[in-house]
Amino acid sequence: MSARRTQSLLWLAQRTSAGVLALCVVVHLVTMIIAVRGGLTAAEILGRTRGSFAWAAFYSVFVLAVAIHAPIGVRAIVAETRGAHGRGIDAAMLAFAVLLLALGLRAVAAVTMGPAS
Amino acid sequence: MNMLSVRVWRGGGAADRGFVAYDVPRQPAQTVLDVVTHIQRCIDPTLAYRFACRVGMCGSCAMTVNGRARWTCRTHVEAVAGDGRLEIAPLANLPVIRDLVTDMREFFDKWARAKGQFVPTATRKDEFATVLPAAKERLAVDAAIECIGCGVCYASCDVVGWNRDYLGPAALNRAWTLVNDVRDGANAERLAAVAGDAGCHACHTHQSCTDRCPKGLAPTASIAGLKRKTALAALTGAIP
Repeated sequence: MSARRTQSLLWLAQRTSAGVLALCVVVHLVTMIIAVRGGLTAAEILGRTRGSFAWAAFYSVFVLAVAIHAPIGVRAIVAETRGAHGRGIDAAMLAFAVLLLALGLRAVAAVTMGPAS
Repeated sequence: MNMLSVRVWRGGGAADRGFVAYDVPRQPAQTVLDVVTHIQRCIDPTLAYRFACRVGMCGSCAMTVNGRARWTCRTHVEAVAGDGRLEIAPLANLPVIRDLVTDMREFFDKWARAKGQFVPTATRKDEFATVLPAAKERLAVDAAIECIGCGVCYASCDVVGWNRDYLGPAALNRAWTLVNDVRDGANAERLAAVAGDAGCHACHTHQSCTDRCPKGLAPTASIAGLKRKTALAALTGAIP
């Protein structure tokens, strides 16, 4: 695949993931505000999230969108500020995406799986 | 007599470059081009600058006036020098030949790199193409076609400043008009030419080009259109 095609598809991936993130961030922030203002304890929050397929699915999508969106943006910044192009930077950004995905899914698993208390 | 304090960039690529101060009589309805012309005709005939039509049609007199790229022929002194001070420099982001004259070659070479030439699909033996004035593509062309290649957008673009390969707003705007020209036959090559780190994907949407365009065009919108079209072309394999 040519660099020009890669760039065109990365733009599409970043734009699409941005749309998903816009929705996810709003839901996440509203949920946090409701939880904090409602006086829920950590145990009570875990009681609602653990075993919940809906929360697991929502935050998995959130993490996936972050793992797609952030490395593409960082790639552009590195390319512009450091003049870095080519397979090296692409490999580094792929590794960054995998790291974000792994850390994010680990956190999702921690709050949605396991015993409720 | 009411005088203007004018600082003009003098020199070329060599040493002894810098601003030189001149006092110019203030006149009613005076343009910045009038000021530059007064300096050359009455104070220092060695001053080099470029102009042709004086009425905002040719796009050759663009300079940096008080830090901002403008057509000097259509910029009234009273609009930009309320305090009686003017600083006039050549356009940014282009090599200076001498004084206020820039070398526009890279600017127009990039139009060619962006495949800015119309490539017909019909011959003179064919019937005229029918393009409805209200067609979506025709309206997109209308919004971008009035560019006269003055270079104000190019000089105002931050991305051009830090990425010398970047095609720039004017060349991409031109490509966008051809992408929407239903008679053109080179869109696959054109979309491939404008994609990538030196093309439409380098644009940060700062919108300086749109803000500064003396014709009121929106190259940012044209570039956004190219991003959508190149994405579609990449998905369908039109960009290999």
